[in-house]
Amino acid sequence: MAGPMTDSHRRFLQTMMCNGIVDGAKAKTLHRLCCEIHKVSYAPDKLDEFVNIINTHLQPMFMQIRKGMSEEDGQQYYALVNLADTEITRMASDYSDNELELFRKAMDLIVESENGMACSTDILNLADKLQSKKMKKKEVEGVLQRLVVDKWLCEKNGEYTLSTRCIMEMEQYIRNMYQDLVKLCNICHNIAIQSQMCENPSCGIKMHVPCVARYFRGRTEPHCPACNEFWPHEIPGKLTVLLLRNL
Amino acid sequence: MSQKNKKRVSASQSSQVKGGKTQDVEMDSDEDVSLTQPSSTQLQRSLARLTPAQVDRKMAEVVQFILIKDQKKVPIKRADIVKHVVKEYKNIYNEIMKRVSKTFEQVFGLKLVEIDVKHHCYILINKLEHVEDDNLSLGGSPKTGLLLVILGIIFMRGGVVKESLIWSTLKKLRVEPGERHEDFGDVRKLVVDEFVRQKYLEYVRVPHTDPVEFEFRWGLRAENQVSKKKVLEFFAKVQDQDPKIWASQYKEAEQSGSASELK
Repeated sequence: MAGPMTDSHRRFLQTMMCNGIVDGAKAKTLHRLCCEIHKVSYAPDKLDEFVNIINTHLQPMFMQIRKGMSEEDGQQYYALVNLADTEITRMASDYSDNELELFRKAMDLIVESENGMACSTDILNLADKLQSKKMKKKEVEGVLQRLVVDKWLCEKNGEYTLSTRCIMEMEQYIRNMYQDLVKLCNICHNIAIQSQMCENPSCGIKMHVPCVARYFRGRTEPHCPACNEFWPHEIPGKLTVLLLRNL
Repeated sequence: MSQKNKKRVSASQSSQVKGGKTQDVEMDSDEDVSLTQPSSTQLQRSLARLTPAQVDRKMAEVVQFILIKDQKKVPIKRADIVKHVVKEYKNIYNEIMKRVSKTFEQVFGLKLVEIDVKHHCYILINKLEHVEDDNLSLGGSPKTGLLLVILGIIFMRGGVVKESLIWSTLKKLRVEPGERHEDFGDVRKLVVDEFVRQKYLEYVRVPHTDPVEFEFRWGLRAENQVSKKKVLEFFAKVQDQDPKIWASQYKEAEQSGSASELK
């Protein structure tokens, strides 16, 4: 049975509300600082318990501080997510109807792609197909920029993908919306957006890049864990070191 | 229950609810909605007809709604809460809001304050003490700094300041209304539009002036949330002086007390 909320919990929650998502290291620092400021007992390994207390009290509001993994670097993140089944509630107030429609269509492109990326040209072409108010190319660029700043999308070399925060917040929506179209990572069993896919057409399993690094660590010849076909994609090296540090 | 109909139910009385007195119900399409609030027995009966889960669910939706609206720092109208969230539960509106307030305090450390009793608008203010710490990065944006400066000018000048004085002071800090500023963008829009809409500042026309002149005062949100003591300390620090040398402001700051934070 979780304990009562104290000001240390409230301060942590307020910071989470301001930031939306924080990395594991920051969450640990925040935990320590909140306990120090409000003079409550602190132990570094009690972070999960601390967050659980907050979550117990957030549950009636369909909100939760959730732990997730970044698809890019395998780092752990804490995000404040909205579990209510009205999916895009948090975004809804910041974006107009046609902007939300653009976002959903961009998400379609990203989820349906092999590697979880959609290039800006393809997204710009969506502007003409919007059922709600149409958008000029310049407008689309502006909306995409805002989506990146607000941490819903990530942009790399002109390609867009879903951010860690987006996947954590909209996990339920994504699973409901795309069902079989969205694959789960073969290793960690979470939604796999940015991922590598097995080239065997009758297999087609997906793995997150950090999960690939972890799975193939130390192996000379990588093979698909499901069908044993040669795994042709680049196995990241530096990430392995990062992961080793975190595990 | 169409929003567009105008219905009048009973003769008007006071707007207190806890005692169970009733009030006018008038359904205006967009504007303020005054609510019939039931007597305590009626309340009990209304609550009994709804499951606790239903009432809690409504409360949760109101909390979500207010949190989302508060992100913009624009006061939240009761009419909007009723129209978009409470809807058919409006006869127990006050009961729901009681639970909402309690939740904000106990879970979030926030206080729901009705800043306009006539038009029924709310803001959320922080009950937790403001702490200077970069690690917490509690939204100390450049805009906050600018706002503090302006609030400081107004406070030091006795609570009202001519618009022209604000701009001439800001000019010394190289913030000019005509130019686009690196951190603030369109400064004039930020000060006259955004800060005013968010109720940090009040921008009022001075009567009988030609050409028209305006003056600035502290807005309702600033009154509720910004510590005068902190403003004076900030001002004193900038001038490298002891805050006590401004005797009347120091006295006013001490009297207004603390327990508020500038987000």
